[in-house]
Amino acid sequence: MSAHRLLTGGLIDRGKPLSFTFDGRRHSGFAGDTLASALLADGVSLMGRSFKYHRPRGVMTAGSAEPNALVTVGGGTRREPNLRATMVELHETLTAVSQNRWPSLATDFGALNDRLSALLSAGFYYKTFMWPSAFWEKLYEPLIRRAAGLGRATLKRDPDAYEKAWAFCDLLVIGAGPAGLMAALTAGRAGLRVILADEDFRLGGWLLSETRLIDGRPAHDFAAILVEELAALPNVTLLPRSTVFGWYDDNVFGAVERVQKHLPIPSDKQPVERIWRIVAKRALMATGAEERPLVFGGNDRPGVMMAGAALTYAARYGVAVGKRVAVVTASDSGRQTAAALARRGVEVVALIDARTASAQASPMPEGARTLTGAHVVDTLGRLSVEGLVTVRAGFEERLDCDAVAMAGGWNPRVHLACQHGAKPVWSDVHQAFLPPDVGPDFQAAGAAAGLSTLAEALGDGVRKATAVVADLGRSAPTVPLPEIDAEEAASGAAASPVWLMPGARSKAFVDFQNDVHAGDLALALREGFGHAEHAKRYTTNAMATDQGKLSGVNASGLLAAMKGLSPAEVGITTYRPFYTPVSFGALAGTARDEEAVPHRLSPLDGWAKAQGAMFVEAGLWHRPAYFPRPGEKDWRASVDREVRTVRAAVGLCDVSTLGKIELFGPDAAEFLNRLYCNPMLRLPVGKARYGLMLREDGMVFDDGTVSRLGHQHYLITTTTAMAAKVMSHLEHAAQVLWPALQVRFASVSEQWAQMSLAGPKARQVLQAVVEDDLSAEAVPPLAAQAVTLRGGLRGRLFRISFSGELAYELAVPAGHGRAVAEAIMAAGRAHGICPYGLEALNVLRIEKGHVTHAELDGRTTPDDVGLGHMLARQKPDFIGKRLSERYGLTAADRGQLVGLVPVDRQRMIRAGAHLLREGAKPSTLNDQGHVTSACYSPTLGHPIALALLKSGRERLGERVLVWDRLHKEEFLAEVVSPVFVDPDNRKIEPKEPA
Amino acid sequence: MASLISCPHCGPRPKEEFAVRGDATLLRPAPEASDEAWHAYVYLRANPRGVHVEHWQHVGGCRRFLVVERNTLTHDVLSVADAAEVAQGGAA
Amino acid sequence: MRYSALSLLKNALGRNLGWSPVWREPEPKPHYDVVIVGGGGHGLATAYYLAKAFGVTNIAVLEKGYLGSGNVGRNTTIVRSNYLLPGNEPFYEFSMKLWEGLERELNYNVMLSQRGVMILYHSDSERDALIRRGNGMWMEGVEAELVDREGVRRMMPFLNFDHARFPILGGLLQKRGGTARHDAVAWGYARGADRLGVDLIQNCAVTGIRREAGRVVGVETTRGFIGCGRLGLAAAGHSSEVARMADLALPIESHVLQAFVTEGLKPCIDHVIIYGAGHFYISQSDKGGLVFGGEIDGFGSYAQRGNLATAEHVMEEGVAMIPGLSRVKVLRAWGGVMDMSMDGSPIISRTSIDNLYLNAGWCYGGFKATPASGFCFAHLIAKGEPHPAARFFRLDRFERGHLIDEAGAGPQPNLH
Repeated sequence: MSAHRLLTGGLIDRGKPLSFTFDGRRHSGFAGDTLASALLADGVSLMGRSFKYHRPRGVMTAGSAEPNALVTVGGGTRREPNLRATMVELHETLTAVSQNRWPSLATDFGALNDRLSALLSAGFYYKTFMWPSAFWEKLYEPLIRRAAGLGRATLKRDPDAYEKAWAFCDLLVIGAGPAGLMAALTAGRAGLRVILADEDFRLGGWLLSETRLIDGRPAHDFAAILVEELAALPNVTLLPRSTVFGWYDDNVFGAVERVQKHLPIPSDKQPVERIWRIVAKRALMATGAEERPLVFGGNDRPGVMMAGAALTYAARYGVAVGKRVAVVTASDSGRQTAAALARRGVEVVALIDARTASAQASPMPEGARTLTGAHVVDTLGRLSVEGLVTVRAGFEERLDCDAVAMAGGWNPRVHLACQHGAKPVWSDVHQAFLPPDVGPDFQAAGAAAGLSTLAEALGDGVRKATAVVADLGRSAPTVPLPEIDAEEAASGAAASPVWLMPGARSKAFVDFQNDVHAGDLALALREGFGHAEHAKRYTTNAMATDQGKLSGVNASGLLAAMKGLSPAEVGITTYRPFYTPVSFGALAGTARDEEAVPHRLSPLDGWAKAQGAMFVEAGLWHRPAYFPRPGEKDWRASVDREVRTVRAAVGLCDVSTLGKIELFGPDAAEFLNRLYCNPMLRLPVGKARYGLMLREDGMVFDDGTVSRLGHQHYLITTTTAMAAKVMSHLEHAAQVLWPALQVRFASVSEQWAQMSLAGPKARQVLQAVVEDDLSAEAVPPLAAQAVTLRGGLRGRLFRISFSGELAYELAVPAGHGRAVAEAIMAAGRAHGICPYGLEALNVLRIEKGHVTHAELDGRTTPDDVGLGHMLARQKPDFIGKRLSERYGLTAADRGQLVGLVPVDRQRMIRAGAHLLREGAKPSTLNDQGHVTSACYSPTLGHPIALALLKSGRERLGERVLVWDRLHKEEFLAEVVSPVFVDPDNRKIEPKEPA
Repeated sequence: MASLISCPHCGPRPKEEFAVRGDATLLRPAPEASDEAWHAYVYLRANPRGVHVEHWQHVGGCRRFLVVERNTLTHDVLSVADAAEVAQGGAA
Repeated sequence: MRYSALSLLKNALGRNLGWSPVWREPEPKPHYDVVIVGGGGHGLATAYYLAKAFGVTNIAVLEKGYLGSGNVGRNTTIVRSNYLLPGNEPFYEFSMKLWEGLERELNYNVMLSQRGVMILYHSDSERDALIRRGNGMWMEGVEAELVDREGVRRMMPFLNFDHARFPILGGLLQKRGGTARHDAVAWGYARGADRLGVDLIQNCAVTGIRREAGRVVGVETTRGFIGCGRLGLAAAGHSSEVARMADLALPIESHVLQAFVTEGLKPCIDHVIIYGAGHFYISQSDKGGLVFGGEIDGFGSYAQRGNLATAEHVMEEGVAMIPGLSRVKVLRAWGGVMDMSMDGSPIISRTSIDNLYLNAGWCYGGFKATPASGFCFAHLIAKGEPHPAARFFRLDRFERGHLIDEAGAGPQPNLH
């Protein structure tokens, strides 16, 4: 049996020994242990180093508030830093290492900081390291960064899976201690849908540490019986290992369930962690209370811990935290804990009670001395405590001990109820901050509500749940309260806390992890940082990984005492999510890597893949960028070939990703007329028209085509990127702006596969697959009509050209897209058809001076991009009409769309280059505009570009400097018309059949 | 508000299904209204600290625009109604 | 007391009992030449520069809570001047230059850490937009560097190069960008202003703006009426509420922006990294916590807290960009109330009311703007005309159509 393991008792399975390592040394424990309890059982009290002074530290708590015993667990890609040893379930082969020390935990050079601590007072870094200024990044900051931080993160890919889920319940009970179990039972028996969540791996809360009998049996047995009944109720869900970390609007709670964190190797059938979003009609915060540390000299020596934690180690884990334990207290609870420790066979050598006349004396174990009216002024020992120095009535005394249990009273765990901004309320009766009243949906029960005895907590759970049951219209069963052996008397008015034991001979710590001691808070106050928030930020109190669970209230109490105020007047810093830290992985859930966001695939995706396409992401879409052929040395070769093929023969391009919205109704024309800035009322049936939509501020919103398929039937297209936004824009207009208009519409983007067939041979190729007559007379430019494909498939045909060539867009039901594309390719083979992708499409449109999002970037007007003639000012109204008239949108010096050709025809122009007058000095003031799109034009045989140039249309023929400082390039280009190819649009309808 | 919205058509649904459009008190001026009226409509916002009405669209559901009355300080939702019905003088 | 290594040593020997308060706690006087509403970073900086650079010292800063209780202490501490548009870039570069001298200016270490800010790009069009941005920076004389994929990989090997939904193709680096210690900025300006005679008045909420004959003459406060010659509003987050007291409607909506910090870690991320395929930015504080954020929650809010869905979305983008964040634990989330203006850019401007000046609409950009915002606002208040670097930030630009729309999103604040 290991050094500190008690011979009997504890909720551990002594038949299941587990071996593990800490800092490379082999240890053993039992199933049911935490890492902390197993280490303590093996006599290990030194478990960590503090953040700033690197002081040796031991475990302080037996729960999630642990500030000191932070360790790194696991290795490789599963290595995880900053885990609280008190919350790590022991498993076979567990490996843990200590943190923030070098070279070892026992000998840490960083502890030099402790010697310099007078220099490193609160906020010292604001007062120095200012000279010379270059030294900050080069010297001071790297030193500080290296010294700071806690554990080391690998930042390697995580092999494990995570997930998220919603849950709904009538009552969420947070905490499965005495109040929580009774509440869940009451509500569960009444038939409510109950979720009971607890951060521990074993349900029972304080009942697992309780040493008295309940209903004649051990308290943990009592808990187990309740849990068993709850588990059997179909309407009750138990969530052990689940921390409720946040309270959000509408009584939605966030919880993280550590599904497999306690297993040596997680199964890949389950996530390792799961986020629950719990929608609760009502919730009870039965989170218990956190014991308050006492602030005295040397209170951080390993072996000094919370009294309640010492009892938990004894009762639940069968571990004596010391062979000679001294209990330091300022309240009755310390006395009770001392007695309980003795009941569990832990030797208590002394009870030091700061109060002169104790309100009530629990029987003390034999051999324990009681010192009343005494203070601890220092602790002895180096890496673990060896004794105490006490002062009573001016007389100093040294006491030998190897563990110190401190009991400074209890702080209800009020955090969750304060996350909406309500502040905890100081109670003079309880001498503690109690949860604020946040309404009936979320109430506190038991110790979290400030109740101090076990009987009260059990009763409160029943009472609060009964009220919820009634509130939700059910009748509550009678849940009898159990008999507690030797229940302590309700203590009535709590003793006034001792915020600082006077006469400290060494640092008296308030925040253990961040090394904030009483002197730091005094300094903050002295320097004007006495506001609770200022003091926190200046000293970093309560900013460590435990978020002040132990230090927050003590800091307020200390500040209050120093200012001569009540803690009520000082208040406490804000509680925010997360109650305890939550992993990125859990919160991200299944969204990661290639599946970070959805994939959208065109109905022609399979066709494009079969054609050997290289794909590119376009928003959520994957679109073919180009179709390389053997022997082509780079993407440019493929694109050039595709462009040439379209210009000389014919090409097929997938344009299915365009947004498509179909509109019906007597007012559809009027509706569209108000949405587009150009006229739409008199568009004939069977015709398509280019359309430009503005935002209400007069800037271009999107462009596309409007086709009138019937008298009251329209189809509009949007750009791929704006499809969803345009749909929403239309819905806003129809539902909010003009609900009286009779128009209905639906997105049909995904119903149709759409392909553009462009090039002089387009008609011949298409005629081979379409039954209808495709002659120029039957299907003239901008025709829009239904067609029948050979074989009988119905489709829609549009004479629309983005490339400037004779071109059609053919739409067929999505499921037939691939077959139709393949038929067109087969028909086109004799004409030299090739598929072309986004890159070629982009070159073709730049050659024709057509704009895309590179030009329509939300900051351009129709006039900026050369489409000012489309603004139908004679229309009574359209979205964007009025504000497009503002001075700033019509000024003559705005950027205007022009073409650029490099004077040296070999120079590639890059999009993003800026423009300067020849000879002008580069400056923001002299900036003339920028290149929006650029490419090599295979048709012209040299690079070309589109640009927005100040007053550009007046400047055709001028030479401007293309200035790309980022690439250290500048050269001259000539300003030309943005239409580089076929400016008279002869190719759209060739006079002679090609 | 920020967790759930009770859509009058779809019932309580998570916030992620909705998109916020903005202040729902603003009425689009008549075409011939003054420049000031148009400027106020497009740019000026009451932005109250307290009860406010906004347009939320249930984009992941019925796609209806809703008038959501809520408190910007407490995040309490006071009422939710279909925007078209409100605009046509229906149930507000 | 002047701060230095020597003063630290001297005080250490004196058991740190010799330090004095960094600011006085004065009673408000009946009248000041200038009253600034808002004791956050911008208000304090304005007061400091009014006194230091423009010779106006009879000033009060009124703060309804404690100094620095607003967004200056509730942000992701990023400092950069890599803006796209000519309306913004000169201003943010002016701010950057002030940052670079701030420690010695204030004799207070604000821990400016010029560790480099990298904006990633994931597509050709994003690259082109960053080239435009980088060249625009160079136009203003601001150094920028386009880094290719391999260059980014060398600097940040932990990014998702192998399994990204949107490939990392490169990034735009501003080496002078970085972070600063946010609270220290407020405290440094406060200490500096106090030493120049400025009255910093905490727990003093403004409840009304008194006007006589159309001009502002003072403010009603929870500590009584305080008269003033000129009144400057620097209450971003709550600008609309304060301006309403003068019957002024603003082109602003208040939105909540969440930020997050992880547990302390040994150094692992050395730069500020901005994800291009979403809205996510991250850096590591000197204390070791990873500080990061995403986009606003999207609805009007004055509650300084966010919702879970947005938080989850931020984490999703974080893990998408850096897969290894998965096992890192997030410690704390907080929410700041942002003045989201209608074009996403700030306002430093006269108003239609005499003696009333407005500093508002900072959107996501408030922290990095603090020094220049203070300087330019002080310039405007003292001289009655805008500082050249902030001359585009006029309130009437919306009426006139001279918008500064970095996102190109138009008049919908939650899209900026």
